[in-house]
Amino acid sequence: MAIDTEERKKPLPERLADQMSTLADQVQGSQAWTSIFRPGSIFRKGYTDSPRNRSYVVMNSVLYHLHPVKVKRHAVKVSYTLCLGGLSFFLFILETVTGIFLMFFYRPTAAQAWDDIYNLQTSVTFGLLVRNIHRWGAHLMVITVFLHMARVFYHGAYKPPREFNWVIGVILLKLTLLLSFTGYLLPWDQLALWAVTVGTNMMGYTPVFGEQVRFVLLGGVEIGTDTLLRWYVLHVLMLPFVLVIFLAIHFWRVRKDGGISGPL
Amino acid sequence: MVEIPEHLRKRAEEARAKAEAAKAAQSGAAPGGAPSEAQQQAAGKIPPHLLERSKAARAQADGGDAAAEAGAAAAGGGGVAVAAPPAAPDATPATGPGGHTQRLLTVVKSGSIQDVKSKPQDKVHVWPHLLVVEFVASLFITAFTLIFSIFVNAPLLELANYNQTPNPSKAPWYFLGLQELLTMFHPMVAGVTIPGIGLLALMLAPYIDRNPSKKPEDRKFAISLMTIHLMFWAVLVIIGSFFRGPGFNFVFPWQAGLFFEL
Repeated sequence: MAIDTEERKKPLPERLADQMSTLADQVQGSQAWTSIFRPGSIFRKGYTDSPRNRSYVVMNSVLYHLHPVKVKRHAVKVSYTLCLGGLSFFLFILETVTGIFLMFFYRPTAAQAWDDIYNLQTSVTFGLLVRNIHRWGAHLMVITVFLHMARVFYHGAYKPPREFNWVIGVILLKLTLLLSFTGYLLPWDQLALWAVTVGTNMMGYTPVFGEQVRFVLLGGVEIGTDTLLRWYVLHVLMLPFVLVIFLAIHFWRVRKDGGISGPL
Repeated sequence: MVEIPEHLRKRAEEARAKAEAAKAAQSGAAPGGAPSEAQQQAAGKIPPHLLERSKAARAQADGGDAAAEAGAAAAGGGGVAVAAPPAAPDATPATGPGGHTQRLLTVVKSGSIQDVKSKPQDKVHVWPHLLVVEFVASLFITAFTLIFSIFVNAPLLELANYNQTPNPSKAPWYFLGLQELLTMFHPMVAGVTIPGIGLLALMLAPYIDRNPSKKPEDRKFAISLMTIHLMFWAVLVIIGSFFRGPGFNFVFPWQAGLFFEL
């Protein structure tokens, strides 16, 4: 298509802006784009601030699985929740991301585990930093989950209709502790070995089937390479899987029970 | 100019011709007959066959029972939700306009079926109010973890060695309260019974605490109990972490140094 003389007279920035807006229209009108973004998505129709568009941001995106369109005014007050539940969830995501990175450089056998961690710290780009984030994030997550529980208790938020969600929450606390504890063994250093020895000895005192509990946990009579494999699978696969299921129920119940509890 | 398809134009012309013919016929017929007062008012608005039907109905009503007429008038004038006074059992049933019998079966009070439970609440949009808060909080915690991780390295001691037991051997910090209990009680009590009861009580808290109030001043007992419970573990963890030295003996960290790895 020939550019007419009127078009030619326009200054260059204006012409570029025109072309950009034409290009944007073409992209947003393409089948690929409309197949990705649902009708009503702000990525289809643009965003100007209005109550309707504010609703569409949540309603027509995957966020709708997590958040309703509107929440009670006091629910967004940082001084009420201290963001503790959300931060626990965010730390879980952070742990997942850094954990996947670590998995690329780690083999869970007694002969290789420690060397792999050592090599990760000394020869892998950002290896030490990512391991640090994973470690400190894990401790932080135990703290935030614990504080979240305390916050919920002091607000009386476990009272009807939220009793069952409190029970789910306590299960999530236990799962968080177990995730942290199973990860403790994986570096296979002196700290890991003896901390886990102390921990599993304690579990061995379970009445009636203490010996069996300990055997199942260790994959043998004492901590060894089988224990390492077992705890590795628990740490990277099974416990996160169970945790995500309980998280889903937890979040779903928060909404079904009428959002977070009211102000005191 | 936009071209109208041939068949559509034909159809429109036909319809127009028909409408014109009907109008001419009506204006010709109206002055010829003897229209009633109502008919004159309604002329041109109500289709003629309906007018005829209503005229016939009125004639029938005029010829009918006078009592029925009165009843119908009362029902008509009384408003919408008022029951017609029940006619005497031997009298002819009251009939409304058009010969239809209308009776009030029941009065449904507002709110008895549709119970509006939720009162209007002060709500805000999740976007931007909540999402912005969440985003800032996640940025903050990421920055904190990142900066902390740049300056403090995670511990990596020497390779695990079965023949060399470190002194003291400590569990991870969140289990140090349990390890502390081990120094006081039989292992079965310290390692299983006490934490088991603690966790069970925690899970059952909403079913044990039947007090419906959420106000702190109404829940002094529950709050005290929980605070004691949390402090109990916090103190044990702190003692286990910082005040236990070689042989898990009690030491002061400012004298003997720290025996604590995260």
